[in-house]
Amino acid sequence: MLGVTKKFPGITANDNITLQLKKGEIHALLGENGAGKSTLMSVLFGLYQPESGIIKKNGQIVKVNGPNDATKLGIGMVHQHFKLVHNFTVLENIVLGCETIKNGFLSMGAARKKVLDFSQEYGLEVDPQALISDITVGMQQRTEILKMLYRENEILIFDEPTAVLTPQEITDLMVIMKNLTNQGKSILFITHKLNEIQAVADRCTVLRKGKYIDTVVVAQTDKEKLSEMMVGRKVTLEVKKPLIEPGKVIVDVNGLTVKNRLSGKNIVNNVSFKVREGEIVCIAGIDGNGQSELVYALTGLMKADNGCIILDGQDISHTTVRARGLAGMAHIPEDRHKHGLVLDYNLAYNLALQRYYEPHFQNKGFLRYGEIYAYADGLIEKYDIRSGQGTKTPVRSMSGGNQQKAIIAREIDRAPKLLIAVQPTRGLDVGAIEYIHERLIEERSKGKGILLLSLELEEALGISDRTLVIFEGQIVADVDPQDVTYQELGLYMAGSGRKEAMA
Amino acid sequence: MSELKNKPAHNKGFWGLLDLSNALSSFVAIATGLVVGFFVLLISNPADAAVGFTTLLTSGVSDLKNMGQVLYFATPIIMTGLAVAFAGKTGLFNIGASGQFIVGAYCAILVGVRCSFLPGIILCPAAILAAIIAGALWGALPGLLKAWRNVNEVISCIMMNYIGMYLVNYLIILTVYDQRRNITRAVATHANIPTWGLEHIFKLGNSPSSANGGIFIAIIAAAMMYIILEKTVFGYELKACGFNKNAAEYAGINSKRGIIMAMAVSGALAGLGGALLYLSGAGKGIDVVDTLAMEGFNGIPVALLALNNPLGVIFSGLFIAYLTVGGFRMQLYNYAPQAVDMIVAIIIYFSAAALLIKGFIQKIGKNKKIRAKGDA
Repeated sequence: MLGVTKKFPGITANDNITLQLKKGEIHALLGENGAGKSTLMSVLFGLYQPESGIIKKNGQIVKVNGPNDATKLGIGMVHQHFKLVHNFTVLENIVLGCETIKNGFLSMGAARKKVLDFSQEYGLEVDPQALISDITVGMQQRTEILKMLYRENEILIFDEPTAVLTPQEITDLMVIMKNLTNQGKSILFITHKLNEIQAVADRCTVLRKGKYIDTVVVAQTDKEKLSEMMVGRKVTLEVKKPLIEPGKVIVDVNGLTVKNRLSGKNIVNNVSFKVREGEIVCIAGIDGNGQSELVYALTGLMKADNGCIILDGQDISHTTVRARGLAGMAHIPEDRHKHGLVLDYNLAYNLALQRYYEPHFQNKGFLRYGEIYAYADGLIEKYDIRSGQGTKTPVRSMSGGNQQKAIIAREIDRAPKLLIAVQPTRGLDVGAIEYIHERLIEERSKGKGILLLSLELEEALGISDRTLVIFEGQIVADVDPQDVTYQELGLYMAGSGRKEAMA
Repeated sequence: MSELKNKPAHNKGFWGLLDLSNALSSFVAIATGLVVGFFVLLISNPADAAVGFTTLLTSGVSDLKNMGQVLYFATPIIMTGLAVAFAGKTGLFNIGASGQFIVGAYCAILVGVRCSFLPGIILCPAAILAAIIAGALWGALPGLLKAWRNVNEVISCIMMNYIGMYLVNYLIILTVYDQRRNITRAVATHANIPTWGLEHIFKLGNSPSSANGGIFIAIIAAAMMYIILEKTVFGYELKACGFNKNAAEYAGINSKRGIIMAMAVSGALAGLGGALLYLSGAGKGIDVVDTLAMEGFNGIPVALLALNNPLGVIFSGLFIAYLTVGGFRMQLYNYAPQAVDMIVAIIIYFSAAALLIKGFIQKIGKNKKIRAKGDA
C-alpha cells in the first residue's frame, strides 16, 4: 500500500500512509485507538475507496472494490470478534461459503482431510466435529485461522488477536504465527500491545492520528521508543506507586454465592475476600468465570443467594443499589455502554447520573439545571474530559476513552470508600490506560479501598497490591504480585494450579 | 444569561422543542401521504377527485363551525396521543390506550349521571378525576405485570382493551343504561365541561359547533407532560429507564417503579381523554357495542407523527382531526366513508416513516455542513 489517503467528512483518517508487507514476515501495525488502523484495513479490503494512493501486490497495481476482490487476491482476516456460526461444527464453519458439492449434496470428506492436513502442518489443534459453542476461545480463533488457510490466503491479517486469550493461548498463537510465516505466509498483526510485537514481529509500522510515523525493525528498537512513537510523547510504562501500609478493612465479603437461575449451578461459588484502606485488590481471571456476576452481586444489581457483604462496618448484603452507593460504594462498570452511560443523554446529565437526586441538584422534585451544568463543567475541567460541545455533547458521539473518563470522573467524585473498577482500561489506548491507572493509584493514596477486576495480566500484577484469581466462580489463588510470574498466574487462571492454591 | 447558556441542547425552551429537522420530517411524511392519497381518490372516482381532495384539505377551515369541530375531534386523540407518547418516552409501547380511554369515559359518565346532585363546580372536576384515576389503574396493571413478571406490555395492554370494553358494556347495563337507544344515559348538563365562550366563536349562523373547554385541558396536559419529562427528577429517571434500563438500574433508579408509574401516568392521560370526549356537551354517549374505542388506537399515529414530542402531539392531533372533518364533507361527492378512512390511513402510514425520513434529513444536513467546512 503506497501513499494511501482516506478522508472522511471533517477528518483525514489516513494521511499518505505507506505500508509494505514482505513475503514471509510478521509485520505489526501499531497505533492508538482512532489512529487509522481499521480504516487502513478497510481500504485494503475494498470497503472504502481511498482518495489517493495505490495498492500493489507482487509489484502489480491491483484494484480492490470489495471484500470479494480481497479474497481473490489471497487476503484474509481474523477479526477481533470472530465471525463464526455458533451452532455449526468447526468443519462446517471452515467450509462455509466455499463448500464442495457433489450431485447437490455437501461433500465433506475432502474438506475434512484438507483441514486435518492444515492443522497438522501448522500445529493448529482443533476437533473438526466439535460445535463452536462448545470450544474455547483459543480454538475458535484457530478455526478462523484455518478458514483463511482453507481459502489459500497468502496475506493473513490478525486484528488484535490476543485480547481474548489466556497467557498460554497467547504463547501458542505466537508459535502458530511463526509457523505460518515459515511456510511462506505473510502476516499483518494489528495490536497495541508492545510485548507481543517484541515477541513475534519482524518489522513494525506505527500510525498516529491518521499519519504515518515510521516503519522500524523490531529487533533494533525497544518498548519505550515504540510507545513514544505511538503516543507522541514519553509514556511511563512502569506504574509507580507509593508504599502505603493498608489500613482497616473497608469491605469484607464472606461466602458470597450466586446460583444460575436455570441450572442451579453456582456461578459465584463461596467467594470471600477483604479489601483494606489504601489497597488495590485485583481479581484476575479469564472472561466468563463469574466476574460479572460477582460484581453484580456486590453492587446490588443481582441478588446473591448466599453470603454477606460488610461495607465499612455496615451490612449491605440485602440493600438496594442506591443504598450501597450511599453507603460508600462506587462502581466503574465493565460495559460502559450497557451500564455506565445513558448514551442519549448529554454529558452533563450523565455526570449527574449518580447524584441528581441529592438536594444540591434538585428542588422539590425539579432538577436544578444551573447546578447540574456547573457541576459538569467542574468535572470536565478537573478530569480533562474532551468532547465536541462540552456539557451538551450527546455522550453517544464521544470517543471511548472520553466516555470512560466521564464515568471515572463521576464515580471518583462521589468520594467513595470502596471503588469497584471492572476492566476500566478495556479497549483504551496507552495514553488513556496510563491516565486511568494514575487515577486509581491516586485514590489508593487517599486511603480508598479499590477492587479491580481485570483480564489483563499486566494490569493485574502491575498496579495491584494483592491479586486473587477467580476460576469457575471460585477464588483459587491469593498471591502477592511481587512474587508471582505471568506463567504461574496463567496456570491459576486456567484452573490447573487449583490444587496447589487450595493446599 | 448563564441560565440560558446552561440549558441542554434538546431543551431550548418550550418552542425549541420543535426541532427543525423533526418538524420537517413530519411535514415531509404528511405531504407524501397526501400525494398518495390523491392518487387513491383518482382511482376510485376520477371525475370528482380534484374537488373531493380540495374539500378534504379545506373544509376544516371552510367556516368557523367546522373549525370548532376540528377542536372537538382533536381533543380526545391529543389525549390518547399524549398517553402513547409518554409511555414511548420511557421505552414502553402503550397500545392499551383504548381500554384506558373507555374505562375513564365510563367513570366520568357514571359520576356525571349518578352524582348530579352535586353543584357543577364540583361535579365536573369530580367526573374528570374519576376518569383519570380509572385510566391510571387500567394502565398501571400492565405496568405491574411488566415490572414484576416481565409480561410484555403490548400483550397485556391488548387484553386489557377487551377486558375494559366488555366490563364497561356490562357495567353500563347495570348502572347508567338507556335501553331505548342502547347507549349510556346523558350526563347532567352541569357535569359537562364549560365551553368558556367557544360556542360564540366557532359557529355557523345560529348553529354552534361542539368545541368546548376540553381542548384547553388537553393543551394544559401536554404542557404538564413536557414539564414532567424535561424539568423534574421523576422525568429524568423515567427517560433514563426508557433510553437505557441497565444504566438506570446501575444508577440505583428503581426501574420497576418507573415502569409502573409511567404506565399509570400514560393510562391517566388516556382516561382523561375519555372524560373530555363524553363530557363535551355534544350529547355523546358510549354505545353498548362490541367494538374497541377507536380514539385509543388513533393516539398511536398521533404520537408517531409527533415523534413523541408533547407539543408536537397537539399539532398532529389537530391535523388528524382536520382530516376527519374534511372526510365527513367529502361524502358530499359520492366518496364512501371507507375511502376517506383509507386516505387518512395512508397519511398515517406514511407518518410511520417519519422517523426514517428524519434520519435521512439529518444525514444530508450533516454531509452538507461538513462539505462546506471542507471547502472553506
